[in-house]
Amino acid sequence: MNQARRLPELLAPVLLVLATALLGLEVSPYLQTYFLDTLVKVAIVVALYVFIGNSGVLSFGTISFVALGAWTAGVLTVPEGQKKITMPGLSHFLLSHNVGNVASLVLAAGAGAVFALAVGLPLMRLSGLAAGIATFAVLGITYNVLTYEQRIGPGLNSFSGVPQTTGMWQAAIGALICVVAAYAYQRTRFGRMLRATREDHAAAAAAGISTYRQRLLAFTLSGALAGLAGGLWVHLLPLQVGGLYLTLTFITLAMLVVGGSGSLLGAVVGTLALNGIYSFFTAATNTVDVLGWHLKVPAGTAEMVLGVLMAAVLILRPAGITGSREFSLPRRRRPVADLEKARATT
Amino acid sequence: MILAFLNITWPVFADALALGGIFALMAVGIGLVFGVLRLVNFAYGQLMMAGAFALAYGDQWGLPNWLSILFCFGVVLVLSVLLDHLVFRPLRMHSPAVMLVATFAVAFVLQNIALIAWGSFGKTAGSLGVWQAPWDIHGVYIRKIAIIAIVTAAVCLVLLQLLLTRTPVGLHMRAASMDFRTARLLGVRANRVIGGAVLISGLLAGVAAVMLSVEQPQITSTWALPETIYVLMGVVLGGLNRPIPATLGGFSIGFAFGLLGGILPSSQSQYLPSFIFAAVIVVLLVRPNGLFTRGAAPVERV
Repeated sequence: MNQARRLPELLAPVLLVLATALLGLEVSPYLQTYFLDTLVKVAIVVALYVFIGNSGVLSFGTISFVALGAWTAGVLTVPEGQKKITMPGLSHFLLSHNVGNVASLVLAAGAGAVFALAVGLPLMRLSGLAAGIATFAVLGITYNVLTYEQRIGPGLNSFSGVPQTTGMWQAAIGALICVVAAYAYQRTRFGRMLRATREDHAAAAAAGISTYRQRLLAFTLSGALAGLAGGLWVHLLPLQVGGLYLTLTFITLAMLVVGGSGSLLGAVVGTLALNGIYSFFTAATNTVDVLGWHLKVPAGTAEMVLGVLMAAVLILRPAGITGSREFSLPRRRRPVADLEKARATT
Repeated sequence: MILAFLNITWPVFADALALGGIFALMAVGIGLVFGVLRLVNFAYGQLMMAGAFALAYGDQWGLPNWLSILFCFGVVLVLSVLLDHLVFRPLRMHSPAVMLVATFAVAFVLQNIALIAWGSFGKTAGSLGVWQAPWDIHGVYIRKIAIIAIVTAAVCLVLLQLLLTRTPVGLHMRAASMDFRTARLLGVRANRVIGGAVLISGLLAGVAAVMLSVEQPQITSTWALPETIYVLMGVVLGGLNRPIPATLGGFSIGFAFGLLGGILPSSQSQYLPSFIFAAVIVVLLVRPNGLFTRGAAPVERV
């Protein structure tokens, strides 16, 4: 009974993702790129949500796991002949080893998880502001190293020659894996324990929950999902390290915050809504037609709109547009008189 | 002697001191607001950017230097007060992490407004370029801006220290940053203290913007953004809660950047940011209160 009533909680985000993918198959190839991008963003924001949403701790680190996943999947799938030309500084091992599409995605998720675990081991002791700053430092280090280290990737250049295997179905399946994993996690005892520490740290500790361990678990899972998202993304378009730093961190955080950082539905709805707005204004930098009206906006409008929305939601409705609640069907309410009676008899 | 041994020339040393001074000003500006509001202002660099654009306009309109500097201060101050009223005050009761995210959003809004208004090339603020010329001090050529920045930073910091220790306003501010609630109970007026801190922080941003605009006269939408990140790291290194440790932290980061950037080949100095970020992580783990503070970390309260 209880399980059945909870089904819509999982179905709502899953159906939203599926609807996005199906709609994406119907539209023109030009519009399709935006739908693909949205599905990858869903994966990233859900990864963000798994840690931030369940633990209530701020983390800027997720994008560094996305970057690492992208680097892993990218370097391991560029055809060997092309590697020597586009990434001449690559280490010998990486130069001579290649894997297929699915294997590269699994390895990307693995790399994200291992990196997150390694980073989380010392950092998950921190909370609040310290956690925010420390994870920001992790992001800074990742960006700095990936920018200059030519032995592990293309450095400042964009990835070229990565097989573009992320079509609509691969993107949708990737996003669905993230959504289902996130939901499964938050329904396990581990997810519930972490949520308990979020609500009341002292009470959770008194009940014997190790905040450190639960946070570390969520952080690692978040790293795995972020790595997978990075892998999906690098198989979609030629990524560049500059696109995996502050702006992406800001955009994905805005999606989570606006949607409602406390629920999986919030993460998915926030991504779909904000990435729609974002894509619209990005496209509008080269004129879009809206009802026969030519709209052209200067570069930067998309980011500005997202920033204003994010600040407004933080100030006016901190729980986000979903109120940080999962989806549930409206329940039949017991009449008040019944309740009164029940109360009187107990 | 030591300088020669380490292969550091006087001009490099002076430039490093100057960069340290500018970073120290930014650090104390961020630290002051953090003290009273528990707010880490990620948008601080964007405030400076607005001031630098004001300087660029002063340059374009042919204003005398003192007037365009005044204009710069005016823009930064108005923007600081506006941000305080629109964003910081409504969020005052939220956790520091939420406020950090909010200032992150504000930084992006300001940055992209600048991008919309002035494009990706921005504007040039060249009228203070005369300060780039060197002074001849006993055969050593040191750029004027280095000396001006060092002196200005020192004067500002001394004035601020006097304000904090010798005036009632300063006393209130220090009290508020020790324990806001108790300070209020004892008659410190919250809004006035916060307003004061925001104003002083804005003024410091203006001064830092003028100095930095001489070093980097091409003002774009991301102007001062990397510096802000390093200063934030420096402030955390030193200790966010107190002005002097925060200043020292900011100064050491700037000085290290200037010095190591000056003497190391670029193949080594390119990883400098990584070392600084790593140092911040280590400090947060080992001494969460900062390097330059005394006493034990406060026990986590339940």
